[in-house]
Amino acid sequence: MQTKIARREPLFHISKNDAMPFGKALAIRICAILAALLVVGILSMILIKENPLLIYMSMFEGAFIDVWTLFQNTALLLIFGLAVIPAFQMKFWNLGANGQVLAGCLAAIACMKFLPEKYPEISNTVLILIMAIASILASCIWSVVPAIFKAYFNTNETLFTLMMNYIALALVDYCVFTWDKTGSGNLGIVNLLNGRKGWIPDISNKYILSIIVAVVLTAFMFIYMKYTKHGFEVSLVGESVNTAKYVGIDVKKVIIRTLLLGGLICGILGFLYAGSVSHTINKEVGGLGFTAILVAWLANFDSLVMLLTSFFVVFLDAGSKYVSTQFQLNSNDYANIVVGIIFFFVIGCEFFIRFKIQFNNKKTSNNERVGE
Amino acid sequence: MENNIALELRNITKRFGTKVVANKNVSLTLYKNEILSLLGENGSGKTTLMNMISGIYFPDEGEILIDGKPAVIASPKDAYNYKIGMIHQHFKLVDTFTAAENIILGNNEPYNLKVVNSRVKDIASKYGFDIDPKKKIHEMSVSEKQTVEIIKVLYRGADILILDEPTAVLTPQEIDKLFTILRRMRDDGKAIIIITHKLNEVLAISDRVSVLRKGEYIGTVNTSETSEKALTEMMVGKKVDLKIERAIVEKKKPLLEIRDLTVNSDVGNVAIKNVNFYIRGGEILGVAGISGCGQKELCEAIAGLRPISSGAIMHEGESIVGMPTREIIKRGISMSFIPEDRLGMGLAPSFSTTDNMMLKTYGDGRTPFVDRKSARERAKQLIKKLGIVTPSTETPVRRLSGGNVQKILVGREIESSPNVIITAYPVRGLDINSSYQIYDILNEQKQKGVGILFVGEDLDVMLALCDKIMVICHGEVMGVVHTDKTTKEEIGLMMTGSLDKSEIKEFGKAKDSHLTDEQWNDADKGMGDNNAN
Repeated sequence: MQTKIARREPLFHISKNDAMPFGKALAIRICAILAALLVVGILSMILIKENPLLIYMSMFEGAFIDVWTLFQNTALLLIFGLAVIPAFQMKFWNLGANGQVLAGCLAAIACMKFLPEKYPEISNTVLILIMAIASILASCIWSVVPAIFKAYFNTNETLFTLMMNYIALALVDYCVFTWDKTGSGNLGIVNLLNGRKGWIPDISNKYILSIIVAVVLTAFMFIYMKYTKHGFEVSLVGESVNTAKYVGIDVKKVIIRTLLLGGLICGILGFLYAGSVSHTINKEVGGLGFTAILVAWLANFDSLVMLLTSFFVVFLDAGSKYVSTQFQLNSNDYANIVVGIIFFFVIGCEFFIRFKIQFNNKKTSNNERVGE
Repeated sequence: MENNIALELRNITKRFGTKVVANKNVSLTLYKNEILSLLGENGSGKTTLMNMISGIYFPDEGEILIDGKPAVIASPKDAYNYKIGMIHQHFKLVDTFTAAENIILGNNEPYNLKVVNSRVKDIASKYGFDIDPKKKIHEMSVSEKQTVEIIKVLYRGADILILDEPTAVLTPQEIDKLFTILRRMRDDGKAIIIITHKLNEVLAISDRVSVLRKGEYIGTVNTSETSEKALTEMMVGKKVDLKIERAIVEKKKPLLEIRDLTVNSDVGNVAIKNVNFYIRGGEILGVAGISGCGQKELCEAIAGLRPISSGAIMHEGESIVGMPTREIIKRGISMSFIPEDRLGMGLAPSFSTTDNMMLKTYGDGRTPFVDRKSARERAKQLIKKLGIVTPSTETPVRRLSGGNVQKILVGREIESSPNVIITAYPVRGLDINSSYQIYDILNEQKQKGVGILFVGEDLDVMLALCDKIMVICHGEVMGVVHTDKTTKEEIGLMMTGSLDKSEIKEFGKAKDSHLTDEQWNDADKGMGDNNAN
């Protein structure tokens, strides 16, 4: 029996770290990014035999080559993130932002395409208003259906919202296929040759509108979650459904209301895509939905922090894609590897923020002590 | 003499993080053939110390000697090899397995239930356990489950047994039985450490008592040479008055009347069956029963959190059945239920004290915004009044110790100046000082004319605090007894269902009810109809 007994203490143990000072946590995160850059650098040297410093420089260059697009993409991703934050705070795992935006955008595009054909005298303002309403309605339907099922039948919202994504994707496919007369499977820019009906007028340029909307929504969401009664209820339901019921909160109502809010924001985003950003619909429109979830998690569901995280993600994406072209890598694989490695480190370092590893300092083995 | 030492701890120190020192230079000796009580308030480091002996934690400093030799216990497996067995407060059993299957779980031995069953029976008859090895865990009572846990440890040949608060879940009769078994094991040469809060039990069972206070070892005394008072002083570090004054308050009309109440549990079984009782202003009605006998369902039904199957709940003469929870709160009915994990209901663990203060009042006011400022003020006052230890009003309550968390919950409920307080296990796991603080608060409320329903565990406390005690067994009322006219033994018998006083006398219908008999009949019918819809 005695032989089985450990002779040595465990080398280290892990304990929970509840309150790490902000500065230290920040330092750990910065170290993680530096470590990631180092690994990416080494890998770059081995794989594409280039000086990593050159690669990083071209990454910066590439990200900022088109500042407006960089900011617009950040804004779009940010709005996506804002749409999922309230549901996530409630621990309602809404993976359907993708489909919600697609549905909204599709509704807006449909109005844009067919209303002017049917009512040629329709004014642009009215058309844009109708597009906004249609987009918001469609998105809300996409988000409220899973919410109702969750609230009343406790269905699994993760699967449900995912399924809703597929429905939206299939619908988009179907509509593009039927609407497009050329057979290219591509809708093309709607109303480009038709007086640009339904296009939201540019504010000095076509990028600023999305950025303004993102800023306004961020401020709204920050205040909503932190200072309002609704926000308090959302956090409480996420924290403990039992406690929420105990204080008399109608949990079903809160779930549905919160998902409607998410739907509203997705609807605004869909409307922006249709009216301002792309003027068309394809599968890529909702493509940022899953990245948005990452962005929201990284920001710990804090809308202000999400300003940073969404910029960070867009920057990485744009930069590494530019590197691929610059160094003639023929595909985006390299860009994906870079982004993947950096995320691995950034997310992995959270472990060291939440937990603490303590090394046991005394290492005398049992044998030695007996021998003394 | 040396050979008699089973276990020795020398200068054990254990830190959690940089600030928390759970154990500081603790030295302890455990002899063979003895029962050692480990006594200390909550957070004094008893469980941490025991976890180090059983291989769950590893000490930062100091050494453990077993049979006089230094031992490294890095995992529960090591502890098992050193013949140390721990019986945890929360049982670690597989519900769908039989007793025998649970006992050999994790043992590297051939799966031969016949051999196991006969060995289990041998152990049982040696020490006087009652056990059916073929019975499944989910069919067992709490005390049977505990028996399985103890036999599991003995089956593996443990010579050192550690029991963490084994009596918390048992009736007085079951406690007596357990103590008899423990004494037999001691006489058989086992070394036993028992952790408990209850001083009378310490005096009854142990040979020696070791006391910890705030992680430090205070001393060890022979049980025969000490008293409850002396032990309390060692534990708390100062003299404490352990008296609960039961104030006599003028009786008022019944505030809450409950007739023929039947409530189902989550899985659809009848949890509360045809229960009648009433609470007057200025009285404390205790509810005694083995845990899980419908207490939770009763509390939830009154608070409007659980639909009732039939019956009537009247508050000041008005039915509150089917009322939204918020309305019931507004009427002044406060319910606080401290579940086993202490955080499940009533508080939001990662919310700050401030936010927890406004859980029930955040909706007040007409603006869409919450009023955190006044909640912060109230939090500050509560922290001051009840001596809650917290770095600030904005620290998440999950970071506070259990006692402080409970003070926030009970304090918030009382601050809302309710007229009926339903409180279940308000002192669960609290240390002596905090417990008495809560009893004082309840007594204070009683004197103000509040009606209190106190669901409790410790019969000694209930006999001292309550005016009457309603005893329930499997959801049925076994009777309501006046605390002046009953004994612990009588209540114990009623708890197990061996004594049913409700057959002798009808309980629970107030003579000066708000409603006439006819109205009651109508109310009952009305409720039945509502529920049918």
